Amino acid sequence: MLFNRYRRGLFITAFLAAPVILYLVYVISPLLQAFRIAMTDWRGVTATPNFIGLDNFVRLFKDGVFWKAVSHNAMLLVLLPLLTIVIALFFAFLLNVGGRKGSSGIAGSKFYRVVFFFPQVLAVAVVGVLFQQVFRPDGSGMLNGPLIALGAKPVGFLSDPGVAFWSVLGVLVWQAVGFYVVLFSAGLASIPRDMFEAAQIDGAGRFSLFFRITLPLLWDTIQVAWVYLGILALDAFAIVWVMTDQHGGPDWSTTVMAAEIYRNAFQYFRFGYASALGIMMFFFTVGFAILSLRLSRRERIEY
Amino acid sequence: MSDTPHISRRQLLRGAALVPVAGTLAACATPAAKPTATTSSAPVATSAANPFGVADGKPLEVWIFDGGFGQDYAKNIHEPLFTAKYPKSEIKHNATKEITKVLQPRFAGGNPPEVIDNSGANFMDFGALSQDGQLQDLTALLDAPSWDDPAVKVRDTIDQSFIDIGTYDGKFSVLGYVNYIHGIWYSQKVFRDNGWEIPKTWDEFVKLCEAIKKSGKMAPFTYAGKFPQYLYEPLLTMAAKIGGNEVLVNIDNLEDGAWTTEAMKTAATAWAEVGAKYLMEGTTGLDHVQTQTAQNKYKVAMLPSGSWLENEQKSTTPPDFEYGMFPIPDVTGSDKMPYGTLHTQPGENFMVSARSANPQAGIEYLRGMLSKKAAGDFSEMVKTVTAVKGATEGRTISPGVTSASKAVADAGANTVYYRWNTWYGQLKDEGIAATGELMSGGLTAEKYLERMQKKADEIKNDSSIKKFKR
Repeated sequence: MLFNRYRRGLFITAFLAAPVILYLVYVISPLLQAFRIAMTDWRGVTATPNFIGLDNFVRLFKDGVFWKAVSHNAMLLVLLPLLTIVIALFFAFLLNVGGRKGSSGIAGSKFYRVVFFFPQVLAVAVVGVLFQQVFRPDGSGMLNGPLIALGAKPVGFLSDPGVAFWSVLGVLVWQAVGFYVVLFSAGLASIPRDMFEAAQIDGAGRFSLFFRITLPLLWDTIQVAWVYLGILALDAFAIVWVMTDQHGGPDWSTTVMAAEIYRNAFQYFRFGYASALGIMMFFFTVGFAILSLRLSRRERIEY
Repeated sequence: MSDTPHISRRQLLRGAALVPVAGTLAACATPAAKPTATTSSAPVATSAANPFGVADGKPLEVWIFDGGFGQDYAKNIHEPLFTAKYPKSEIKHNATKEITKVLQPRFAGGNPPEVIDNSGANFMDFGALSQDGQLQDLTALLDAPSWDDPAVKVRDTIDQSFIDIGTYDGKFSVLGYVNYIHGIWYSQKVFRDNGWEIPKTWDEFVKLCEAIKKSGKMAPFTYAGKFPQYLYEPLLTMAAKIGGNEVLVNIDNLEDGAWTTEAMKTAATAWAEVGAKYLMEGTTGLDHVQTQTAQNKYKVAMLPSGSWLENEQKSTTPPDFEYGMFPIPDVTGSDKMPYGTLHTQPGENFMVSARSANPQAGIEYLRGMLSKKAAGDFSEMVKTVTAVKGATEGRTISPGVTSASKAVADAGANTVYYRWNTWYGQLKDEGIAATGELMSGGLTAEKYLERMQKKADEIKNDSSIKKFKR
């Protein structure tokens, strides 16, 4: 009996060992090393960096560009989940239960479902380059071309510091919506049809169907979406780095924390300082995750 | 439906929240101090033919930045020269567009390659390399006999500015191989056909812009709007022309108020006017290739660039385009530096790693590169002027290079350069951000200079950033 239990333990350990070791080596250990590097003046090329205590963190609090990046992440954290979820919910509702009969999608919903998912299939770098062309400020730009043809002044989607951030937000939403349409569709599919039918018999229109039935019953899925999108908003590195002028410009108007970490490490060669920024980002992200998991603890509705 | 999947969802979320954070940081790794590689294999006796004591038979690793000039010049011109002299030494040739990503771990690991063409957008910060003693002192190279003639020292075959600019911490340690000549570029054909004259004064320049604008044929001026460093170049050159070379020296040395001098104010105001009135539509959102191609299509008359332009645009330039370049015009009538003052800057920076296994061979490789044959072949191959004096004599080079070379000859000793942008990366990025704003009207000339001064002061007071002097 004891032997059997021992063997069972061995069996489980053998299976767990590989992922745990990988996780320790590639995730936990670099994370701990980053804490150490953050307290040095390492510039990336020497083998013996000096320990400088918390100097990097003191410096960080006076770094205007970094706090600008933090403010952009904070704005994304609020706006990206909000816009994406609202749009995705709207689409998912139309595709699944928004049809005339109330329990099926609008005409052509199968086609739209595929189309909405397209952006998700594209690599982020491809999306970045694609939108550089879409946003081009001259006649060859997809948006500015028609504007110029109509005699209007072209909009500097990426070159006007007042507009660039919104362009980034737009692209992030554009890319994210497709996935959440699918996610919400799956959520909707698990809501029993008879609930919608019963509500309709009681005379509910599309509006109250959405707010009285769909939304409350999808609440769990929406929370998941919110956490995922929040994490995406705290990162947003790839789109910003690939798409925007001067990697987070013009005039720092689109930069995010991850971009500043990369810039300090690989362009200014301040690896110690960049690690300190990374640790700040780590705390922001963990803080967000804890907060959202705490807030989302809520009574579940059983069907 | 059971509850089980929902419990795992929460765990999954927790895991998912941590992964991207950790992933961002995982790119770094703590450097490991290894016992310093002892390079003390039996030294080879030095001689006039072998001034650094290169051991024939020890391998040499060369890394080329595979950018505008490609990598063939190293394979077909420079490396054969070295191999011919040291046939037993194997050259390990490598090329990359991402110098930092590939080589930074090699430095951190303590086994850097010998020769590096540390160039391109992702070059390794020379300040950081210098701070850590990674740059081989190349003073011996300057004092060695030249490859072609043992009676002439290498020092005398290259331009003094190359020695000045390659000096870090009082030691010559970086060899710029190419001489970049900056100016305003135009099509000689277009100017001839329209009867437009090269402006000698700023008033003439503004009048020319006005005339081009009125003609409706093309826009007067553009620059690589996505990369405003293309515009702070003529701005700073103009300031140096007005106020003398010390304007740039003070900026480089982070002197108090260096950015807010009268000369800088005049220059910034002048360029802000160009930005407000004479730019091609959409300029701020276009990059260098797009604006340069617009010029090739005769949509815009002038743009600021350097002597690499012709080679860069060779596939889109019409055959009769005839690139030409003119220097910054006279501005105030009492400019400290005469008409023809040019910004020339050594580029394509080669270095030898001090902690590599075979630095002597690295220095010898650079000496070979500075031979007349190597430099001349290089100029012909990539249409560019090199560090080596008179290397293009008796060779046929393109109209743009001819025009730029003539401008250099006319300028004589009146050449200027600046280094703040390579010394202080943060200041460069602020310069890029602020210059873009100046040109699109988001900042006035005064606010622009105040902002640059503020950043310069910030860097001056940051003890973690190594300071340089010239």
